[in-house]
Amino acid sequence: MVGDKGWKKWLVICAFLLPNFIGFLFFIGIPILASLGLSFTKWDLLTSPEFIGVENYKAIWHDAEFWAALKNTLLFIILYLPTVLVVALGIAMLLNKKMKGRTFFRAAYFIPVISSWVAVSLIWKWLFNPAYGLVNYFLSWFGINGPDWLQDPNWAMIAIVLTSVWKDTGFVMVLFLAGLQNISETYYEAADIDGATPFKKFLHITIPLLTPTTFFILIISLINSFQVFDQVMIMTEGGPAGSTTVLVQKIYNHAFRYFEMGYASAVSWVLFLIIFIVTLVQNRLQKRWVDYEQ
Amino acid sequence: MKKTGIFAIILLLLIGIVAGCSGESSTGKSKDGVVTLKYFAFSPGEAHEKDLKAMIAAFEKQNPKIKVDYELASFEDYFTKLQTQIAGSNAPDVFELNYENFVSYAAKGALLELDPLIKKDKEFNPDSINKKAYEAFQYDGKQYGMVESFSNVVLFYNKDLFDQAGVEYPSESWTWKEELEAAEKLTNNKGVWGTYAPVQFWEFYKTIAQNGGSIFNEDKTEVTVNSPENVETLTWMMDKMNKYHVTPTEKEMSGQANEDLFKAGKIAMLRTGIWMFDGFKDVPFKWDIALEPGNTQKAHHFFANGLAVSKKTKNAESAWKWAQFMSSSEEAAKIRIDSSWELPAVTDEALVKGYLEKSPPESREVVFKALDSLVVPPVIEEWSKLTDMFGKELDKVKLGQETPENALKNVEKELQTLIKK
Repeated sequence: MVGDKGWKKWLVICAFLLPNFIGFLFFIGIPILASLGLSFTKWDLLTSPEFIGVENYKAIWHDAEFWAALKNTLLFIILYLPTVLVVALGIAMLLNKKMKGRTFFRAAYFIPVISSWVAVSLIWKWLFNPAYGLVNYFLSWFGINGPDWLQDPNWAMIAIVLTSVWKDTGFVMVLFLAGLQNISETYYEAADIDGATPFKKFLHITIPLLTPTTFFILIISLINSFQVFDQVMIMTEGGPAGSTTVLVQKIYNHAFRYFEMGYASAVSWVLFLIIFIVTLVQNRLQKRWVDYEQ
Repeated sequence: MKKTGIFAIILLLLIGIVAGCSGESSTGKSKDGVVTLKYFAFSPGEAHEKDLKAMIAAFEKQNPKIKVDYELASFEDYFTKLQTQIAGSNAPDVFELNYENFVSYAAKGALLELDPLIKKDKEFNPDSINKKAYEAFQYDGKQYGMVESFSNVVLFYNKDLFDQAGVEYPSESWTWKEELEAAEKLTNNKGVWGTYAPVQFWEFYKTIAQNGGSIFNEDKTEVTVNSPENVETLTWMMDKMNKYHVTPTEKEMSGQANEDLFKAGKIAMLRTGIWMFDGFKDVPFKWDIALEPGNTQKAHHFFANGLAVSKKTKNAESAWKWAQFMSSSEEAAKIRIDSSWELPAVTDEALVKGYLEKSPPESREVVFKALDSLVVPPVIEEWSKLTDMFGKELDKVKLGQETPENALKNVEKELQTLIKK
């Protein structure tokens, strides 16, 4: 159907891209650029923005709460990332075996992924209730006197991490499953002939051949976990005593509660820069550990 | 055919964009001279939307040339939406503000000064509104808002528990000392706690006032939070939990709301808002309210909602009429009282009488007596920062990470930077 002339082809392509592009432009593209501009202003949303140069960025440097929020965000990532990777890989390996009810379990583990964060957070808030929650009830079977979870600054972040792992495992598991199914059986057969133990097969075949998938998951999860927000907002609102305040929550507070849209924009751009640099570094490092099958 | 189809699609999309950007003209005036006001509110919620509709109907009947178009949002979303609308030059003509946020909006110049409109309006008499409540919506001596309703916090008590323990009901002359004595008798090993007040910022600024303390000096140029009286107050608030064990700690409450514990007959004395009257209506025990015991003096919370007019409205006079109607008209006040939707701040005795005659609680006059010793929230421009910071420090005290002395020292330092900005 495409005409003989090149421009007609382009017209068709543009016509199909246009709706999406316009949506992106107005709801994402322009706001992103605007936030960059706003990050150099002081703007309370009620009166006109006032240009103040890099003052906001300077203020971030001296803002103890920014560093505290960054520290909490990093703590979340350090606790969350390895856990979700290990748990999801374990489940993916199990569900990759030929077993009864495999489809059912694959679907079951995916349900949290499509549930809303608000619902999940509220349910887990109840599960973590120190006196009536199922978590501490379960622990009491083993004679463990469970902590106060969300009211205890030492445990609140761990509770949030556990909730996040529960919700995201299904997604990561599906990616791992796809990766596992891409590994050719021939490697395992060859290893069998050489008399390799299951553990050795896992260590020397599965892990290396999964590295492209792992790399992808790492990038995606890291970007997402730098932006952790919903569960924190609902489960703890950053408390107790600020022990779970994360960066995006700080952005939200400045933008919509403290009348400081300019400062909030600046923090957003700092967050972007952090994510950007981390992703760049990951990309560089991938050559060292990611094996792409020849 | 195909070609024209593609062109048509592109054309349609472009038209869509242009139309979407230009927006409609926003004077809100139609050809027949009827003005449409945009009104944005949070206080009706779902429960009172029908009452708001009734008010609008009454208003439109009085003012056939004005139509009110309302939009509602929950309190959590309201201010985000309002700010976005104002930032997008799409502000509602009239909107609700609670007292705390009123100060921020007035200070930032987003509100229309109402004094010229008040002077012009021959029918409006400020004396029809409770003076203190009316003046709460002034900033820099100018009227920027109209109070529509108020609420306060008093001492609720479970009469049955008092009878069982053989303790006299709380009286006006009670101080913290009598409260503690009663609470110690009321607390028992069957899970009943004598008294409850949360340890958080709002409770704190009122409780220090009961001990003669304050957070700022009168004109909010100096921080007075770190005083011996206030340290004593905070220590008292903590002691009720940790020393006298007449108030449950957060752990002991394990996620249950204090109102629910009161309803379950587990708390004998509870400081909470008069908005709970409806919620406590059907409990299986007798209860009443009293003035809060103070230490050296009485002090009671005062919360108010009001209507403000956007500085950018094109229909100032109609907007004023609506704000005035919601604030001081008999019609609006009557609907409010009949539906138990907060308390109008009107002085009309017939209306107030209707409120007093309702029960429970029997001693509704306490609600008005409490107004004689009201403390308004110590609002500054950086209000949300103040409440967040304060909440964090009080959290630390509750967790035992900080002593009351040190927490107030930290707060003092932070507040000094906040009021200097």
